[in-house]
Amino acid sequence: MNTQAQKIVVVGNGMVGHHFVDEMAKHAGYEITVLSAEDRLAYDRVHLSEYFSGKTADDLAMTTPAYYNEIGVKFFTNAKVTHIDKAKKVVTTEAGKTYAYDKLVMATGSYPFVPPIPGKERDHCLVYRTIQDLEDIQASAKTGKVGVVVGGGLLGLEAANALKELGLETHVVEFAPQLMGVQLDKDGGALLRSMIEGIGVQVHTQKATSEIVDGEECVHRMNFADGSHLETDVILFSAGIRPYDNLAREFDLALGERGGIVIDNYCKSSDESIYAIGECALWNNFIFGLVAPGYTMAKVTADNIIGGEQQFTGADMSTKLKLMGIDVGSIGDAHARTQGCKSYVYSNQPDQIYKKIVVSANGKELLGAVLVGDTSEYDALLQYALNGIELPENPDGLILPSSGEKPTLGVDALPNTATICSCLNVTKGDIIAALDCGAIDVGEVKSSTKAGSGCGGCAALLKKVTDHELAKRGVEISTDLCEHFAYSRVELFHIVQAQQIKTFDLLIEKHGSGLGCEICKPATASILASVWNDYILKPDHVSLQDTNDVFLGNMQKDGTYSVVPRMPGGEVTPDKLIVIGEVAKEYNLYTKVTGGQRIDLFGARVDQLPAIWKRLIDAGMETGHAYGKSLRTVKSCVGSTWCRYGQQDSMAMAIFLEDRYKGLRSPHKIKFAVSGCTRECAEAQSKDIGIIATENGWNLYVSGNGGMKPRHGDLFAIDLDDQTLVKYIDRYLMFYVRTADRLTRTSVWLENLEGGLAYMEKIVKDDHLGINAELENQMQNVVDTYQCEWKTTIESEDQLKRFRQFVNSDTVDNNIEFVTERDQIRPAQGEEKKYGVQIQAVDLTSA
Amino acid sequence: MTIENSWQTICPTTDLIKNSGVCALLANEEQVALFQIGNDKIYAVSNFDPFGKANVLYRGLIGETKGEVYVASPLLKQRFYLNSGACLDDDAFAIKTYQTRVTDGKLEIFG
Ligand SMILES: Cc1cc2nc3c(=O)[nH]c(=O)nc-3n(C[C@H](O)[C@H](O)[C@H](O)COP(=O)(O)OP(=O)(O)OC[C@H]3O[C@@H](n4cnc5c(N)ncnc54)[C@H](O)[C@@H]3O)c2cc1C
Ligand code: HEM
Ligand code: SF4
Ligand code: SF4
Ligand code: FES
Repeated sequence: MNTQAQKIVVVGNGMVGHHFVDEMAKHAGYEITVLSAEDRLAYDRVHLSEYFSGKTADDLAMTTPAYYNEIGVKFFTNAKVTHIDKAKKVVTTEAGKTYAYDKLVMATGSYPFVPPIPGKERDHCLVYRTIQDLEDIQASAKTGKVGVVVGGGLLGLEAANALKELGLETHVVEFAPQLMGVQLDKDGGALLRSMIEGIGVQVHTQKATSEIVDGEECVHRMNFADGSHLETDVILFSAGIRPYDNLAREFDLALGERGGIVIDNYCKSSDESIYAIGECALWNNFIFGLVAPGYTMAKVTADNIIGGEQQFTGADMSTKLKLMGIDVGSIGDAHARTQGCKSYVYSNQPDQIYKKIVVSANGKELLGAVLVGDTSEYDALLQYALNGIELPENPDGLILPSSGEKPTLGVDALPNTATICSCLNVTKGDIIAALDCGAIDVGEVKSSTKAGSGCGGCAALLKKVTDHELAKRGVEISTDLCEHFAYSRVELFHIVQAQQIKTFDLLIEKHGSGLGCEICKPATASILASVWNDYILKPDHVSLQDTNDVFLGNMQKDGTYSVVPRMPGGEVTPDKLIVIGEVAKEYNLYTKVTGGQRIDLFGARVDQLPAIWKRLIDAGMETGHAYGKSLRTVKSCVGSTWCRYGQQDSMAMAIFLEDRYKGLRSPHKIKFAVSGCTRECAEAQSKDIGIIATENGWNLYVSGNGGMKPRHGDLFAIDLDDQTLVKYIDRYLMFYVRTADRLTRTSVWLENLEGGLAYMEKIVKDDHLGINAELENQMQNVVDTYQCEWKTTIESEDQLKRFRQFVNSDTVDNNIEFVTERDQIRPAQGEEKKYGVQIQAVDLTSA
Repeated sequence: MTIENSWQTICPTTDLIKNSGVCALLANEEQVALFQIGNDKIYAVSNFDPFGKANVLYRGLIGETKGEVYVASPLLKQRFYLNSGACLDDDAFAIKTYQTRVTDGKLEIFG
């Protein structure tokens, strides 16, 4: 009877509403209309805080108007629904527009609860939920010095971190006696508190705010019930969420006692044609404040509308997260409330680690866990808990430091129903199905199942399961470097080191085949340089190097080279600047300040390079390695010496580090930066190694990246003194040099490293592998054997012979031609050329 | 002026660099990239990279696949077989090759 498309109207375009649209649009025959109260389409609230670390609203967007158009979804922003006519099946928006529906999906989410404290509506009293909120917070933070978060739960602490990063003196005020009371037990909460206080955030528990009034030193004064008070400029309320159920209330849908639209297992409300999903929905008297259960509801609803039978049967609320650089995890029955259960606790005060597992009365099942300071066992524990996998005989072995052999949970032991990605609810079975349908690697599994596209926390497990299943199918995951070596770069590194191999010829003779190629030769050259640090242009090595290294300069498009002398930290004396200027003028070189805080001279012919470098070296300069896969620059701000905000001498540190690591050959280029305070003028968080001065020392960030795929560095350690900082960098970098694949930056390397950041922390901080002394010695060897390659080169007659265009003539390459632009040279192009190209017309017939 | 093709003496073979390249200038101003592979095999191909449109091939890395030797351009990494000049990455391109011989320790090119 009904040949017309069914009309589906979705109220709210948050994360869950959008996920529903995505699911529903897979099925033909439905006309989907989205009504969104916000002025933009769905964005990623889970990563909202990254807005402060540089993500834009566009980066956070989960969809675009173009995408909705493409999949045929109608959408209206600034379209708040204010009226539902259940009988006529029509909704009306604030602007008075009406939309008829066959099925209505409520995905209105929730709003932050602000306790009814007198003064709560004062200026600079804000919440933390939408992009608009974040813009308001940013504006308020500019005018103030102190910020308070009311509420010490998960979101509250995330908000506190944001205030701290905005440079405010930060406080957390909590009504309960501990932080994160939902997820953590008392001892876990206590450790978290002391760690957070260690970072400089002040925590006040058991404080009930009675009123907010004018302050004396700050904008506000918060008066507490116990008579104490606190002055602050900004207040953020994060005291829980409340479902947006006002429409349901007004138009008579069943509600829970404390709010929330009541739904059944099919996500249906009390009205046959109305569904509710996400944070506005109340299932089994429970509101799920996480995105994953909402996604499941969205899927169930779409399935139900097309006549399917899927049901929502609850969701796991386990969480793992990093708060201000502190790892925290909570699984299942964290508070050990199950009848007859028993707990095992491991507590390590010096290293600030607390772990607890809760097991069933018979000791066979894992019921819950609390992890603070170290969550490396989270994935395995979660799998035990979710899948009822029988525990080993001594379950405490699961959380004890790995002194003996640790019971490991092989991915093979996981049942097909095991959830691998909880954000997108992807099971091991789904991964196997994707492989059955032709996916051949993790990348394809990701794009077909969407696993990993939520919080990203499942990446390591996802890769393990995929690789394991592929291996079972006999698919070989080739890690061979190239056709000449059946080894990965890491394996070659070990071979070179263990067998003391010093030349490519010997390596390929003993361990490879053929003559080598443009992949294995430079890779070997880099390994040899990292291990032995010989002069890279020794006759044995010269034919292995990439062109840039062969002539110690970056080859430009016309075959000329750039000349980049090192300027540690971007510091340069006027005398050196003058020499650079003179050289540039004499050789007519294009001169530019680079993105790496130094000066680049372009357009030098190969035959001019030695003379140019001789001038620079005589004036006290040295090579900048701008051509090598090696340390580029250590960018820096002037720091405490000049800047009125500076906390430490960032210039001195930058220069020290650049001098220490210059010349280190590595799998890819390495960039550093040092900022003198949290304002981060040197943009250290976008560097492989980023260092930011604090009041007490240095915070170390690792594996950041600018370039093609920007990544913010991960906070690795805080408040380090000079010696420890250098030690950590020595170990981190040398481990990278040893284990990364060729042409892999530290960012990608870390992301692919099994165990990730937590594993690196164990190695570098706790000497988990017992190799730290070796790593430091190896680095020291590189430092001690440093030589300026250009200096060695210009002192060698034999080397100089190579720097000419022709073996049989002293003329120069007439294809290199320049024209003038903005008073400097640039390569001539096409028609502008007078000689070169016509002479060199390519003769295809002789091939 | 036209220049007839002929054998031209270029340099002593000791000026070549093993497993790497040097460049020679012919009488007709063509540039030739010269590669010595192993101890005695010598190849001569045009020095002009038809992709990057620059005289740079002699500075490329030497590689080998299935026994055939090639040079990878230092600019955008296209590979050319040294014996035929054919491009491994794009059928539409090839570079000119030259005959070579050694007389009294001196390298000669026909071009
Ligand atoms: C800072 C922060 C961090 C978080 N971190 C995590 C995390 O790490 N892991 C996790 O699982 N969860 C996290 N969450 C929770 C997660 O973001 C929510 O569970 C999820 O966004 C809920 O999605 P939703 O679609 O139900 O609601 P929302 O995303 O709130 O979307 C509801 C939308 O409906 C609109 N709306 C409301 N009423 C109407 C109306 N009458 N007409 C039209 N539109 C209307 C609202 O304006 C809103 O745009 C975090 C939340 C925040 C704020
Ligand atoms: C042939 C290729 C390239 C050339 C010739 C080149 C050249 C340069 C030069 C000369 C600098 C200044 C650095 C210095 O002072 O030492 C620079 C900086 C930079 N390059 Fe490249 N580059 C190349 C490829 C790339 C690629 C592929 C990426 C990204 C994936 C990249 C990202 C950057 C970034 C982010 C900077 C700024 C560094 C900073 O601010 O510290 N470059 N590049
Ligand atoms: S990072 Fe801090 S110390 Fe350095 S210049 Fe910026 S404000 Fe000054
Ligand atoms: S951004 Fe691109 S064009 Fe610019 S220097 Fe880097 S590689 Fe070259
Ligand atoms: S678990 Fe969050 S993306 Fe997979």
